[in-house]
Order: sequence, then structure tokens, then C-alpha cells
Amino acid sequence: MISIGIDIGSVAAKAVAYDGEKILAQELIPTGWSPREAGRNLFQAISKYPQIDTKDIKCIVGTGYGRIALPFIDKKVTEITCHGKGAHFIDPNIRTIIDIGGQDSKVIRIDDRGNVIDFIMNDKCAAGTGRFLQAMAHTLEVDVSELSLLAEGVEAQNINSMCTVFAESEIISLMAEGASKESISAGLLQSVCKKTYSLASKVQIADKVFFSGGVSKNYFLKKLLENKLQAKIKTTDNAQFLGAIGAAIIGSELRR
Amino acid sequence: MRPAIMEEVEALRGINSVKIKEASEAGKKVVGMYCVFSPQEIAMAADAITVTLCGTKQEPIEEAEKELPRNLCPLIKSSYGFAITDKCPYFYFSDVLLAETTCDGKKKMYELMEKLKPMHIMNLPQTATGEEALVFWKNEMNRFKDYLENQFGVQITEEKLRAAIKLMNRERVAMKKLHQLNAHKPAPISGMDMMLAQWLKGFNVDKEAGIELIERLIKEVEVQMEKGIYAFDENAPRILLTGCPIGSGSEKVLKILEESGASVVALENCTGYKGLDVLIDEEKEPILAIAEKYLSTPCSCMIPNHGRLDLIERLSKEYEVDGVVDLTWQACHTYNIESFTVKKFVKDTLNLPFIQVETDYSDSDEGQLKVRLEAFLESISNCSLAE
Repeated sequence: MISIGIDIGSVAAKAVAYDGEKILAQELIPTGWSPREAGRNLFQAISKYPQIDTKDIKCIVGTGYGRIALPFIDKKVTEITCHGKGAHFIDPNIRTIIDIGGQDSKVIRIDDRGNVIDFIMNDKCAAGTGRFLQAMAHTLEVDVSELSLLAEGVEAQNINSMCTVFAESEIISLMAEGASKESISAGLLQSVCKKTYSLASKVQIADKVFFSGGVSKNYFLKKLLENKLQAKIKTTDNAQFLGAIGAAIIGSELRR
Repeated sequence: MRPAIMEEVEALRGINSVKIKEASEAGKKVVGMYCVFSPQEIAMAADAITVTLCGTKQEPIEEAEKELPRNLCPLIKSSYGFAITDKCPYFYFSDVLLAETTCDGKKKMYELMEKLKPMHIMNLPQTATGEEALVFWKNEMNRFKDYLENQFGVQITEEKLRAAIKLMNRERVAMKKLHQLNAHKPAPISGMDMMLAQWLKGFNVDKEAGIELIERLIKEVEVQMEKGIYAFDENAPRILLTGCPIGSGSEKVLKILEESGASVVALENCTGYKGLDVLIDEEKEPILAIAEKYLSTPCSCMIPNHGRLDLIERLSKEYEVDGVVDLTWQACHTYNIESFTVKKFVKDTLNLPFIQVETDYSDSDEGQLKVRLEAFLESISNCSLAE
């Protein structure tokens, strides 16, 4: 029995194939302009893996903001519930998930079975999300993946604006004043850290804390968060797949 | 299956906007009101018609924002927008407006609105506790009574007050009974229909006809219940909705909840059950009895406001609720701050799942709201699966 989880995020679309015990395959593509197209391409891509026998696929669960655009799925579940299940699979001792994706940031508290007990999400605005970092990196003419490398060990420039639009003009002014890309990068990550901290303060953080979503690849941000939250934060290479893993697990539980 | 009489209830919108015109043209006085603190009985005893004024739609907000700040609660902006654009028939036909000093936003908005029509402002005490508050509020009732007597050239007699109290109590009893039908598991009426019926009562020009219609609706629902016809199945998570008032045009949170599979069984807000809980004592001196009733409204403007927690607790038990959703309109400071207290109470004392959503009347955040509310409902289902 194979269950497929598909997580269509605002930036990246992720798929995971799960056999009830272990992850058989995972695939990531940019979401692009059409979440429906991305979902279909993902499904085709993951089906082509030699270890996937398409006859065995018994359930497809969709999650992420694009979950409503997938006509071929059996069930749609929110990314919040999926993250809970996914984190529990990765490490059953995880109780808090900090997820920062393209357009959302959220903090989720789960119990010892991976069930959600509380969560908080950012409001409408993109402050503190991947989109914010992407836009700022663009202004700095660097790739978003370089921010941590630039920021580490540098005195951070204070950036006051949380708003993506205002922060951009603030950065332009800072650059005009001669501030370095490094110090601005550090300031940006500090600002995301502060925003995440205020979000996390609304729910009670409990050990272990897991950092997921595309922004979790920012190792320096993780370090900043650990200092600010006074907690050890775990992340893994496949942290971006957490939602898709959870969706695949929910699918396999449904068919059991 | 939706009760057939709901169509008659919905038709009230058209009927009432015609009736208010006819009544006004026939020389009847109309008192327009906004708030659940407004003592309708006093206006009715002045032979006036009392109506709720419009303030639950997004449409006039753009106009309102030409004078009001954007960062203000949508209910205030919508109310003011309806008034200045003359799109609310009830506002148009109102001879006087009754305002009250609840939250800061409303108070300052009324300063602008009173330039449009004659307005009487009742000073609401900031607390409902203590004898002084009641004395003060009772005096405000007398001030309103004097105002109407002067304005309309009538005398408000004790007899007329008693008759108005009886009529309004009968309306409360009927609306309360309707609301209590949903204490049954599963609920016979959708939260959307309940909201509509409760909200529309405020516009009823003919109170007797309104009561009769609700009594017929109750009978129809009871017959459906005997046949086993309900609005939701037994597994639908039962939700208590608390927080800011909602109405047609500002029902999006309720709508998303029910579209996501929840059964919203209790509406603890001002447009729902809050004003129905306490009846006016028909034995006491009328003005005192009216003052007591309205002062007991558990509004977030009050300090302290333990009454709200008590009501949430009572309704949660009576309606066998699985979770509490607290709706806060953006920039509504009193409800927004109080949400922290409500959250603690619901989670720690009632041991129920809780979520607060802060939003406005627009559709712009529907996607994000859906994620939050669906995830909340998923977490409730998880808990019940585990048990």
C-alpha cells in the first residue's frame, strides 16, 4: 500500500510517497503560476520512481494553500494538521513546530501522538515569511540561500520595518548610506527572528522544537531563534517536506 | 433539510423596508438604534417604532473611510458608511437616533453622525457592578424618556412601559426558545439560519407578526425533529461562536465554519443569544427593571466582564459544545484584549479547544481564514478520534 502526500505551497510544491512505515520517495518542484499543473507534474514525477508501483497507490492526500486546486486527490487536509503528523513521524518527541514558508509563518503545538493542540499563524501580511526574505534578497541582489552565509558573524544593521514594502525602501536607504550587504542580511534575519518570536510567544513553546518550511534552510536564522527562544531547535534536510509527509501519513491511516 | 418557514423569515428583509416606509409616511415615529444596550421598550412606550440600523456590510466602508481612519473596526465604518451614503432605509426613515457610549470608536463616530440626524446619546457606565452604576444607568433611562417625550410631544406612561416590556419579553422568549432548539444533538437548524433569524428580528416593524413567525418556525422545526430531520449529522463538531456581533454581510467566519463541516450551535454574541438571556422583571417599577436588564449585558466594554465567561460556560454545557471560536473585528480593542482571558478560561477551566480569529468584513483573507478554521476543526476531530 502506497500513500501519496502532496503539499502545494506558495513557492514550492512537494510530494512524498509513503508505504505505512517509511518514505519511499520525495520530490520538489517550484509551484509556478498554476497549483493544479504543479500538482499533476509532481504526481507524475513521483510515480516514475522505480520503487513506486502505481498499482499500489491507494490514497492521495493534498495539503498546502493549493490543496483546493487538485482534482485528483482523495482528501484535503490543512497544512497545520499535516505538519503535526509529519513532525511526529520524524521525531515523536517533537512538541512544537515553527514553520516558515513562502507566505505563511506558523507555530504549532502538538501532543505525544502528533495531534494539534494549539497553533498561531501570521496575519494577512507577509512580514516574517519566506516571501519577505526573497524580496529583500532581490533588493540586495543576492540569492535568498546566501543570506545566512552573509549574515553570520557580522554586526546586524537594525531594520525597523516589518512590512515587505517599507523594509525594501529602508534597505535601499541603508545601502545608500553605505551599509554592507552582510550587515543588512544579518538585520533581515534578526527581524524575521523577532517576528517569529512574537508569534511563538502566543503559544507555549515546549521541547522539542522543530523548524520546518523553506526558510528553515537558513541555518543562521535557526541559531538566532535558538538564542531568542532559549531552546534547542531541530531541523532536518527534508524539513521542507514535513507537510507532504504528514499528508501521506494521514492517507495511509485512512486506508488502514 | 431547511425549514420551509425560513423563506418567510428571509422575506422579512423586503417586507420590513416597505413597512418602515409606510409607517413613517403614516406619521409613525421611528427610533433607529445600533446596540444591544438600547432600551427599545422606552421608545415603544412613546408609540415609536424601534429598528436596528444597518452596519453589517462591506459595501459602504469605502465611503466611510473618506472621513474615518482605515484602522477602525468594520462595524463602526459600515454603520457610518450606511448613514452618509443613505443606503439604509431604516436610517433614512429614523426620526431620531439612539447612541450609547460603549467603545471609544463608536463614541467618536457618533460625534460625526449626530450632524446627520437628531441623536440622543446614553451614557453607559463602564461597570455593571455596584449600586452607583445602576442608579446612574437608571437616570440615563429617565433622560432618554424625557428626550423622547419632548421630541415627539408624547407622554410615556407607566402603563405603556409595562405593555412594551411584556411585548419585548415575549419576543425574547420566542427568540430564546428558537436558539435553544440547537441545544439538541444533532442541531436542527444551521448556525447560518439561526443568525439570520436572530439578526432580522431587529428590523421588525411589526413585532407581533415577527413573534408569530418565529413561533411558527419553532413548531415546524419541532415537527422536523420528531421525524429525525436535522441540519447536521451527529458527528459534526459543535461550535460556540462568541465575540463581536455578526449579521448578514459579516457572517463569513460562521459560513466558513459550517462549510468546513462544523455545526455552529450557539451564538453567544450581541446579535445572537446575549440580549435574550435575561428578561425584564415585569413586577418591578418599569424604568428600574429596564435599567437592570440592560446593565446585565455581558459586553467587553464593561470592566469587569465576568458575565461573558459565565454565559460561555453555561452555553458550552447546555449545548454540548466541542469548541469555542472567538471572532474579533479588526481594531476592536475591547474584544481583542478580552480574548486572552476568554482563551485561558475556555482552555483551562472548560477544557475545550479554542481559537480566536481577527478579521474584517472583506473577502481578502478568506483563504487564510479557511486554513485556520479547518485546522481548528481537524484538531477537534483528532481529539474525538483518540477518545
